[in-house]
Amino acid sequence: MSRLGTLGARLYRGEVGYDFVAKRKIWYGVSILITITAIVGLAVQGLNLGIEFKGGAVFTTPSSSVSVSQAQEHAEEASGHDAIVQKLGNGALRIQVSELDQAQANKVNEALAEDLQIPVEKINAEIVGPSWGEQIANKAWTGLAVFMLLVVVYLAIAFEWRMAVAALIALIHDLTITIGVYALVGFEVTPGTVIGLLTILGYSLYDTVVVFDGLKEGAKDITKQTRYTYSEVANRSLNGTLVRSINTTVVALLPVAGLLFIGGGVLGAGMLNDISLSLFVGLAAGAYSSIFIATPLVADLKEREPQMKALKKRVLAKRAAAAAKGESADDSDAAQDAIPGDAATAGAVVGPRNRGRGRSSDKR
Amino acid sequence: MAAPNRGRRPAGAQGKPGRTLVLILIAMVALTGGMFWAGQLTPRLGIDLAGGTTITLKAKSQPGQENAVNETNMKTAVGIIERRVNGLGVTESEVQTQGDDNIIVNIPKGTNSQQAREQVGTTAQLYFRPVLTYAPGTPSAPQPTPAPSASAGDKGKGDKGKDEKDKATPPSGTPTATPTTQGRAVTDALKAPTPTPTPSGADKPKSSEPPKPPPSGDAAGAAKLEKQFTALDCTDKKVRGALGDNVKPSDTALACGKNAAGEWEKYILGPAEVSGKDVDDAKGQLDQQRGMWIVTMDFTDSGSKKFQKITSKLSQQQPPMNQFAIVLDGEVVSAPSVNQTLTANAEISGSFDQESAQNLGNILSYGALPLSFEEQSVTTVTAALGGEQLKAGLIAGAIGLALVIIYLVAYYRGLALVAILSLLVSAILTYTIMALLGPGIGFALNLPAVCGAIVAIGITADSFIVYFERIRDEIREGRTLRPAVERAWPRARRTILVSDFVSFLAAAVLFVVTVGKVQGFAFTLGLTTLLDVVVVFFFTKPVMTLLARKPFFANGHPWSGLDPKRLGAKPPLRRSRRASTPTDHPKEA
Repeated sequence: MSRLGTLGARLYRGEVGYDFVAKRKIWYGVSILITITAIVGLAVQGLNLGIEFKGGAVFTTPSSSVSVSQAQEHAEEASGHDAIVQKLGNGALRIQVSELDQAQANKVNEALAEDLQIPVEKINAEIVGPSWGEQIANKAWTGLAVFMLLVVVYLAIAFEWRMAVAALIALIHDLTITIGVYALVGFEVTPGTVIGLLTILGYSLYDTVVVFDGLKEGAKDITKQTRYTYSEVANRSLNGTLVRSINTTVVALLPVAGLLFIGGGVLGAGMLNDISLSLFVGLAAGAYSSIFIATPLVADLKEREPQMKALKKRVLAKRAAAAAKGESADDSDAAQDAIPGDAATAGAVVGPRNRGRGRSSDKR
Repeated sequence: MAAPNRGRRPAGAQGKPGRTLVLILIAMVALTGGMFWAGQLTPRLGIDLAGGTTITLKAKSQPGQENAVNETNMKTAVGIIERRVNGLGVTESEVQTQGDDNIIVNIPKGTNSQQAREQVGTTAQLYFRPVLTYAPGTPSAPQPTPAPSASAGDKGKGDKGKDEKDKATPPSGTPTATPTTQGRAVTDALKAPTPTPTPSGADKPKSSEPPKPPPSGDAAGAAKLEKQFTALDCTDKKVRGALGDNVKPSDTALACGKNAAGEWEKYILGPAEVSGKDVDDAKGQLDQQRGMWIVTMDFTDSGSKKFQKITSKLSQQQPPMNQFAIVLDGEVVSAPSVNQTLTANAEISGSFDQESAQNLGNILSYGALPLSFEEQSVTTVTAALGGEQLKAGLIAGAIGLALVIIYLVAYYRGLALVAILSLLVSAILTYTIMALLGPGIGFALNLPAVCGAIVAIGITADSFIVYFERIRDEIREGRTLRPAVERAWPRARRTILVSDFVSFLAAAVLFVVTVGKVQGFAFTLGLTTLLDVVVVFFFTKPVMTLLARKPFFANGHPWSGLDPKRLGAKPPLRRSRRASTPTDHPKEA
């Protein structure tokens, strides 16, 4: 803990730092690779859709001595369809049979009751029409589209359009990764998954917004100095908010992990598990993208601005001049590649941040 | 929402943190008090946690009425279904629209869900049609079963006994015979609601000829209809299901219905004369004088006129054509005979028991939906399963909370106290508001909502982290705690507002766009996000201000989480801020 504590301080002072922005190409590459894997997985393997999307019946029996394989045998015999049987934490069984209608389900229910020697009324039967899950999914897509639109507008107003675009790309990136993980691992997709996926929306952006907020502040009055380029300032802010990002992610992941591993893991599958699984994957992806993708993207977009280009030119010219004079060569080194843990080089990036902060508090 | 950075303007609570704290304390006490006052100590549990049945209905657009599925009709339908469900004696059922064309009916456990389903799911179109003829419900040629018995005690064959007994009991006043026939579905008599006892009970010699063709309509159509009628097998569910489809109220129609013995009967029915919309009110009630269950009906103004017309016509007819059938979605629920002209009020008497009388009453009062619906899914959830999931969720939530607290204590040490207290305040507010929203807006805590609440622990804790990191940043710049707390606030405030706004936006969009379970989740997320803002503004910040005055924190005790040395503040500590230029540069380099 205290090591992490000092890490915060060292990050803050810029004694350590990782040049996320300069090495962005690597991370873009990693992300593109992940995205391609996800798309290929989705195309080849497809999603393992739950019965909510296919239609069918779920029977839940009370705790009994019936084994999973016995129950599966009986269920398949009674229904003539494939059955998925899961043992819940308390010994209860969850039997899913796809493609059953109400009448068939009633028959299967009775047959199961007889085979498993459980009173009929103790078996919980749930009929799900295929259009039900479909409808939830359709609403989810609508929700996603509406949300993305609103959030882009909002971020464009609160920050600027470049940040909005970067945040949106990061968000799509998170969703792709999450769906890809589902396709590759073969986790079942249920309405719970869809709910979890939609929650990632807010969460993924939460992290990104915290980072952007720091960046916006750090980049204030950036054109009035000639020491650092926008990318360097962006990286500086990113490192400055790194501890915050890590902490918020850890704190968000802990309860979700509790839900996933304790709630779901011990007590068997169910909606809790579905929601927490997709949240867990999505949150992790969200933390990654806010650091490695969103901010470097903003820097990329910003560097295209004429004034930022001019700034870069001025900064480089000044560094060249300084190098020619032979003074503080470290400055120019820092601009090119900051080595993590190297206090001398990264320290150079402290300037604008402190200055920006000092100024902003002086004003008004 | 991006709060403008007001810079040095003192934050609202800076001067008098005590006031804000008292304010939030009052709010907490008021909410808790309100909870006790309302007698609602726990949040209302959703159907998935308490057990019950959820029925999802989807509106079907009828051929030729594609525009019928609209908001107005959906609203009317919800109203009708609601009355109908609560007509079952259910108090906590919820009926709500979902999206454009779905109606969700939540029926808590302890209700006869089968009965509810029958009434809710299948009841769509109700008509009163004159009976033209009827026969036993199998495709064989109608069996002539003459049962020419006129005595009240005559049981006829088997199933008629109960019916006749009911009718035979009262002493006869008006000499109107209620014709009942062997094997007939019609067990009811219709008359004016005067307490005049019905002197029925006599089986009327029924004509044993094959069913007569409908008197109206062209001969070919009639012949075709009769052929269909002969072939009709009412015991086949699919056949029955198909009967009600695509039949216009103005057509002559085939229909099936069960008689008192539960056997299927088939009917040829004339064009609908009265629709369910014409019924103002109907209920099954016990006629004290006769000691039997009857169904009373009140008609609307226009309904009265139509009803008068049909009854005056029918009462002139010979059996079986003196009956009208109450047809619900193509199925005859009752076919009382008429023996006098009736107007606004009428009653149906016959072989009712309490349940069947009340059922028919419900069907009549709430019969006519503007749309027809099909069942999408029926979910039965036992309380045990939901309870187990709730338990799992709560255990998981508690463990998640414990992990968060451990992490916060490990990382923020003394500051974690503030975070934990804030989480506690947030939890109390969330819980009391949820409990109060139960009776207030019908909020029910379902499983996804529990999940949302657990996930929200993270959101709430995030805000403190943002603020704490800001304070530590200020300390790293060499400030002492009190100015650091105040200077960190405006910036942390903006970050918290911006990011909470994004969270809230996500929750709001989810809530508006999605349906059912997802909504509960979105609502909880939105609520906790709002409460997060409230807690951070009115609790965390003032508490920080107060704590900053305590030597333990102000002097940076190693366990305060604000030890300047540990945080790497630059010595010497100064009260004023440093020069704004990065003079420290060379030193670091």
